Amino acid sequence: MNASTSLRNGWQKVFGAGAKSERPPPGDTSHGTILYLEDISVSFDGFKALNALTLYIDAGELRCIIGPNGAGKTTMMDVITGKTRPDAGSAWFGQNTDLLTLTEPQIAEAGIGRKFQKPTVFEQHTVMENLELAVAGNKAIWSTLASPLDSRQRTHIEEVLETVCLQDRRDMRAGMLSHGQKQWLEIGMLLAQQPQLLLVDEPVAGMTPQEVERTAELLLSLAGKHSVMVVEHDMDFVRSIARKVTVLHEGHVLAEGSIDEVQNDPRVVEVYLGE
Amino acid sequence: MQTSASSNLWTRLIAGERGTQVFLALLLTVGVAVPILHLAFPEGSSLHLSTYTVTLIGKYMTYALLAIAVDLVWGYCGILSLGHAAFFALGGYAMGMYLMRQIGTRGVYGDLVLPDFMVFLNWKELPWFWYGFDMFWFAAVMVVIVPGLLALAFGWLAFRSRVTGVYLSIITQALTYALMLAFFRNDMGFGGNNGLTDFKEIVGADINASGTRVALFLASALALALGYLACRYITLSRAGRVVQAIRDAESRTRFIGYRVESYKLWVFAFSAVLAGIAGALYVPQVGIINPSEFQPINSIEVVIWVAVGGRGTLYGAVAGAVLVNYAKTYFTAALPELWLYALGTMFVIVTLFLPRGVVGLADRLTPRQRVEQAVTA
Repeated sequence: MNASTSLRNGWQKVFGAGAKSERPPPGDTSHGTILYLEDISVSFDGFKALNALTLYIDAGELRCIIGPNGAGKTTMMDVITGKTRPDAGSAWFGQNTDLLTLTEPQIAEAGIGRKFQKPTVFEQHTVMENLELAVAGNKAIWSTLASPLDSRQRTHIEEVLETVCLQDRRDMRAGMLSHGQKQWLEIGMLLAQQPQLLLVDEPVAGMTPQEVERTAELLLSLAGKHSVMVVEHDMDFVRSIARKVTVLHEGHVLAEGSIDEVQNDPRVVEVYLGE
Repeated sequence: MQTSASSNLWTRLIAGERGTQVFLALLLTVGVAVPILHLAFPEGSSLHLSTYTVTLIGKYMTYALLAIAVDLVWGYCGILSLGHAAFFALGGYAMGMYLMRQIGTRGVYGDLVLPDFMVFLNWKELPWFWYGFDMFWFAAVMVVIVPGLLALAFGWLAFRSRVTGVYLSIITQALTYALMLAFFRNDMGFGGNNGLTDFKEIVGADINASGTRVALFLASALALALGYLACRYITLSRAGRVVQAIRDAESRTRFIGYRVESYKLWVFAFSAVLAGIAGALYVPQVGIINPSEFQPINSIEVVIWVAVGGRGTLYGAVAGAVLVNYAKTYFTAALPELWLYALGTMFVIVTLFLPRGVVGLADRLTPRQRVEQAVTA
């Protein structure tokens, strides 16, 4: 990249100029696959967090990713969302969008939403304002400064409020919500972005059994319309939602298949019992 | 349709917040009462306000505008700028250059074009960057453009490299310090150590006349009101909520698709422009601008005003600027050697006991607020 293009990119990034033209297209899933990760390697100070990881996610699929601590689950999500750049490999969103060339906000705009392990909602903002911040639309400063939300966006927010059962909490500060409600609000914020692919990191950590059940229903209802990738430790929860499970170990895929196949795979048993 | 939209905007900006209403009502009262008390009552009458007092209140208003500018970047966007006095001083210098060129042949050396200090330095020609400053409109444009462009350039470099928190604060201090050293140099062509002073007239009016003082006072009040409403509009817009989201969780905001750097940059630049305007109104009232306005301590003081008043409310910044500066006026006259200790003590007390400043304290003491707190608790 020569100096003038790098300067222009920096200019666009910071001044937000030309934001429309540089918006990446949504993922093209005409071949039935939404995410292609091929031979991805990431190392931190010599430690290989990801080691030639290859993984495909189908359009509309609900996929669970499991694996012991340090297997590279979070690093993989960091690569997909642009937070970490891999040392080698390729990452494509649909057939047309090279994720490795995009910034974090561009990836979000292209249609990949992420829910973090620790619920991170905007605590000082109300539930409604949280969703309003997240809702899909033009996020350049001139637009947010001049115009309120349009009716389509408002309708969408109402639908999301209903989906995550927070209608009667809409004017409450997000910081006052219970832990489970924060998790749902965060899933709601993901939905408000209308992503094609949702990355959900440990959605049921710290939830009561009833909340876990409701979350499972919620995620199942999302599959089909969206592609969902769930990272979770809770095997009962995984069993209740998973069609297909991928086991990560030491930075690469150890096994893939239905939950029963995976649980009976001797290599998987060894990894989990050996812990 | 048009009227309903504009009345709607009016309701959004004013209604629903007691602090804003109180502030605007007070500003209007002062803005009307001060000129009347000064002009309508003869000197010696017990109701007469002296020119000194009119100018003092006008000066407080320019400080209040500077405080609002800092509150916008710090209280709402979380950028602790310790260099805002630099933008204030640059706006002041732009105005000072215009005022210098208005002196004309009335200077000590009586040169039509060159200000006194240039004659004294034995310069033969006006430096190129002084061109145009004989016209008021040009100076007025520079008051906005110079601080704005510097903030854009500085912010572009700093935010793009994701310099945040205390590191950003330190480089803003370095910025104002570097400017101070530069402006101290005679070769820079801004009057060096002595700065710009001995002004005679502004847009054709005698700068020391009562009427001019009142006009400058009214201009400061108007700038404060408009600056306040502009900031209030920004903070109430969706962009304002994005800015506050950046303050609370920057990387999260990035992940939901906002160009955080771009938001920070524009807020920072707008704030610098406000500071520049405040400086431009300050200089004709105090009658001098010199490099000591760039002192790092000045920028830190502004942050203290905002902290004392209560950040993230705008009207708190105004309250803080007026309170601290009134205290400063009093202390530096009565007990000059104690002023810095008093300032430090005030800052420590506010940080420890009043995290939301004096307006936070006032909120806690009003009964309406207490009921609300009881409900939410």
